[in-house]
Amino acid sequence: MEFLQQLMQQLINGIVQGSIYALIALGYTMVYGVLRLINFAHGDVFMVGAYAGFYTAAVFSISQPSIGALILVMTSSMIAAALLGTIIERFAYRPVRKFSRLTSLITAIGVSLLLEYSAQFFFGATPKSFPTVLKVQTITLFNNITISNDSILIIVVSIFLMIVLNLIVFKTKLGKAMRAVSFNLDVAKLMGINTDFIISFTFALGSALAAAAGVLYSIHFIKIDPLMGLLTGLKAFVAAVLGGIGNITGAVLGGLLLGIAETMVSGYISSSYKDVFAFMILIVILLVKPAGLLGSATQEKV
Amino acid sequence: MNTFLRIAAWFGASIVVVTILESILKSLKNYQIMGSDIITDYGLSIIGLIGVSISLAVSLQLINGYTGQFSLGHAGFMAIGGYVSAFISKTFLTGQASGKGFIATLFIYIIALIAGAIASAIAGLIVGIPSLRLKGDYLAIVTLGFGEIIRLVIETLDVVGGPRGYIGIPKFPVWKWLSVGGFEGTFSSLSWIFLFAILTIIIIHNIVNSSFGRSLIAIRENEIAAEAMGIDTAFYKVSAFTISAALAGFAGGLYAHLYAQLVPSTFNFVKSVEIIIMIVFGGMGSITGAVLGAVVLTGLPEWLRIMAGLRADWMPNWLATGFSYLPDLRMIIYSSLLIITMLVRPQGILGGYEFSLSRILGKSKKNQAPATSKEEKKS
Amino acid sequence: MTPRYFFKTLLSSLFILVLFAAFSACEKKNDGDSTNTGTGGKSAPVAGDTIKIGEYGALTGEKATFGQSTKKGIELAQEEVNKAGGILGKQIQIILEDDRGAAQEATTVVQKLIDKDKVVAVLGEVASTNSIAGGTVCQEKKVPMISPSSTNPDVTKDKDHVFRVCFLDSFQGEVMAKFAANTLKIKKVAILYDNGSDYSKGLQEFFSQTFKKLGGEIVVTEAYKEKDSDFSAQLTKIKGLNPEGIYVPGYYTEVAQIAQQARKLGLKVPLMGGDGWDSKVLFEIGKDAVNGCFLSNHYTIEDPDPDIQKFVTNFKAKYNETPDALAALAYDAAKILFDSIKRANSTERQAIRDAIAQTKDFKGVTGVITIGPDRNAVKSAVVLEIQDGKYKYRETIKPDEAASAATK
Repeated sequence: MEFLQQLMQQLINGIVQGSIYALIALGYTMVYGVLRLINFAHGDVFMVGAYAGFYTAAVFSISQPSIGALILVMTSSMIAAALLGTIIERFAYRPVRKFSRLTSLITAIGVSLLLEYSAQFFFGATPKSFPTVLKVQTITLFNNITISNDSILIIVVSIFLMIVLNLIVFKTKLGKAMRAVSFNLDVAKLMGINTDFIISFTFALGSALAAAAGVLYSIHFIKIDPLMGLLTGLKAFVAAVLGGIGNITGAVLGGLLLGIAETMVSGYISSSYKDVFAFMILIVILLVKPAGLLGSATQEKV
Repeated sequence: MNTFLRIAAWFGASIVVVTILESILKSLKNYQIMGSDIITDYGLSIIGLIGVSISLAVSLQLINGYTGQFSLGHAGFMAIGGYVSAFISKTFLTGQASGKGFIATLFIYIIALIAGAIASAIAGLIVGIPSLRLKGDYLAIVTLGFGEIIRLVIETLDVVGGPRGYIGIPKFPVWKWLSVGGFEGTFSSLSWIFLFAILTIIIIHNIVNSSFGRSLIAIRENEIAAEAMGIDTAFYKVSAFTISAALAGFAGGLYAHLYAQLVPSTFNFVKSVEIIIMIVFGGMGSITGAVLGAVVLTGLPEWLRIMAGLRADWMPNWLATGFSYLPDLRMIIYSSLLIITMLVRPQGILGGYEFSLSRILGKSKKNQAPATSKEEKKS
Repeated sequence: MTPRYFFKTLLSSLFILVLFAAFSACEKKNDGDSTNTGTGGKSAPVAGDTIKIGEYGALTGEKATFGQSTKKGIELAQEEVNKAGGILGKQIQIILEDDRGAAQEATTVVQKLIDKDKVVAVLGEVASTNSIAGGTVCQEKKVPMISPSSTNPDVTKDKDHVFRVCFLDSFQGEVMAKFAANTLKIKKVAILYDNGSDYSKGLQEFFSQTFKKLGGEIVVTEAYKEKDSDFSAQLTKIKGLNPEGIYVPGYYTEVAQIAQQARKLGLKVPLMGGDGWDSKVLFEIGKDAVNGCFLSNHYTIEDPDPDIQKFVTNFKAKYNETPDALAALAYDAAKILFDSIKRANSTERQAIRDAIAQTKDFKGVTGVITIGPDRNAVKSAVVLEIQDGKYKYRETIKPDEAASAATK
């Protein structure tokens, strides 16, 4: 009984951690799906989103938790991140789009480093405490198994965003254009689709998602620092690959699986092997089924 | 003269040159120009670090520049070589095992470094195999994953200090071979490092200008066409990984004995990216470019440090403040440099250009490696 | 390879080496501007109107908070001594270098401080790995170095020019074990430590050793890594074993998050830790979750002692924040160095080194410090309880008492 209770608790811990990965992975997947670009800077946009939330709360001197405060912090950080994403796309990625994919990848790494070190320079390297915009309460489910309300919020938001994104991509005209761009950029252009706009939009959307994840992450973990996006971002990328990069449902699935796997490894083996395990999953998946769990394999054109 | 003899002669000449240069540099420590030092240990250690960077950058060029694959795990290979060779030399040269003679010590160092290179080569072989299935950014991610796993596994090994670092690694001893007045002939870490840097350049230069190298370049230019021409792409890609990893491992061993301390966090993926920046900045597919990148980017942080020290009283406030921030800005400068290089000149400063004396002298030249890759258009 | 190639490559390698030589030669030219010495690099480093002291630490990178705190403590000490007219009639100049928290850079910057800036002594670092790297250089060059807060035994071992002003891991671990067993009277303790930090590892080892000797039981030893943010897996495991307390000898950022997550999981038992906890960040992030937790520390800002109050007031006035342990230790390290220069009545490196070694009953902010024969500080520790964002003094444990507790 004791064992079962602990297993249940670990499972819940894993789902909470996994939902955070899922939230970040959604943005990765969006950008990759449309542009075939691994946006290395995504984890850092996530970090900037968290800082945007922090400074919004500071500007409006929010000290008491309230629904209004949560919405205000969330919206402003999503807008800030969307702007940042659009700027990055316009000035760093668009000019190199005509070159090889590796050029884009190197540029993305450069943008990632630039954001990290600029954040250290401007925000300071000392960790900051994210303001309380949500009154955290612990809910005891049964049998001494607990979950906090911010964890529930994270799980709900990630599922909700997954559904919304699926609707946008598959049910709207914009989504149709996005899929067309993803299928073939040049042909989409010939069909009269404003590809530049679609790509900018994708970046704005992906970055806004990262910011939402950043704010929720910060509410949950409280601490924010300029390098918070580095490892979390990499893990989220692993999650996206695991689920099938480019696939929205896959990103959430991959995130949850990775979160649960990590928690189980640290709970039952040793936390030292947690990160090793995450990267092992990445390698094994890429070698065995590069398209991921839900992705469909693409044939290389000769 | 057959090739082997030529290389041996070459290597012999390099030993002499490098040793003499080290001795000159070290002897200059005792002299001053107008009250200030010509060179200090600080400068010498930067030069040593530059030497290690050259080996790393030139060896990475084989995978990234010539074979057209993308490795983001070079720091991992360096770590393996560093740890393995440090473990061997520490076991056989310190504590109760210390106080060996010249020949025995030299032998142990060489064995340790070669063992490090072999261990790294094996890791390179293991990482190289995925390259058969994956390409482009996927390959980059897998090598990144491998690099991180190597580091994380080292962190769990208490026998080499775990995450806290491996200390007490013996430094290269200083062997004196001449002492005339103020001139002291020595053979020490700088000689080891530059000897190996030159060796790396020779090896890569020879590979690239052989039929083996042309196969690699064919793979870079168009893998499917290369395959169609009868090139065993799998063999060549894995070979490139293995050779490059072995050289990086050797360089890691030199690094370990230069600093006498290894910390796993040094070998994180940012380190791999730094090596990438060197070759991207200098020019993909150019040995000269890799050397240039290694020199500039290893020297840059120290140069910024020195610049920051130049802050003077006559400067207006804003300028003085700006100067004092220079060292903090170095990583921002690094990353901006990378982005700007990509935007303005994606083939790097030198592109595929190689420094060549014969060209300067106006002599025609045959069998030169094809210049830079034409940027493939995205399909 | 044709002979032409041979010739070409030889020349190009020569060219490269000439570049390096040029590189280092240029760098030297700046030397004359920055130092108005008349003396040479080989001779004693001094002269001019200032005494140059080097400081190295992580000002950027993952460990930047440590370096920033240390910098503030040293800056304050420097300012105070300079206002009082300096030492030996000269002003103190601190030359600060950032090592980004990397051992390799620590080596490089300490070499730079000694060779280029010609400092008479070096202060730094926090992380033991980096202090070992920097200390090795100082030892080679016979420059005295004081580490404010590196607790690993290897930092000062076999290095007769390297000192420290903090206590060793062993002492702090024993202090808390003694407090838990004798004052709190608890029997079952779980340990959650940072296995990437030798500080945390050392504390954990000595705590569990002493605690077991005093009749306690360690129910489980779990680990985490610096920069982790999710500790719920380890805490769930700990919760299942029902300990009466958890020993978390880590640094404040992780500890604050551990406290938060423990409370979320319904773990209400007190957490215990060491001086690595001491920072305002612990309260900012930990909030209510750290109430009722205990830590061993060097001093308490609530101590009415006028010297301590003066330090706290000045620090607050200058930086608008309360000093943490790292800042206080850095302040003491700088003060001991200044005092030693004064006592040595010289800026000769060897004389300063000897004076530091003779430091006895120096009344610092973090306690009365005597430098022992092994170049480590001998001083007492206090145990504090956290209540609503404030420390409440519980008891003082002297070095010999702890030693006797360990051998009991």
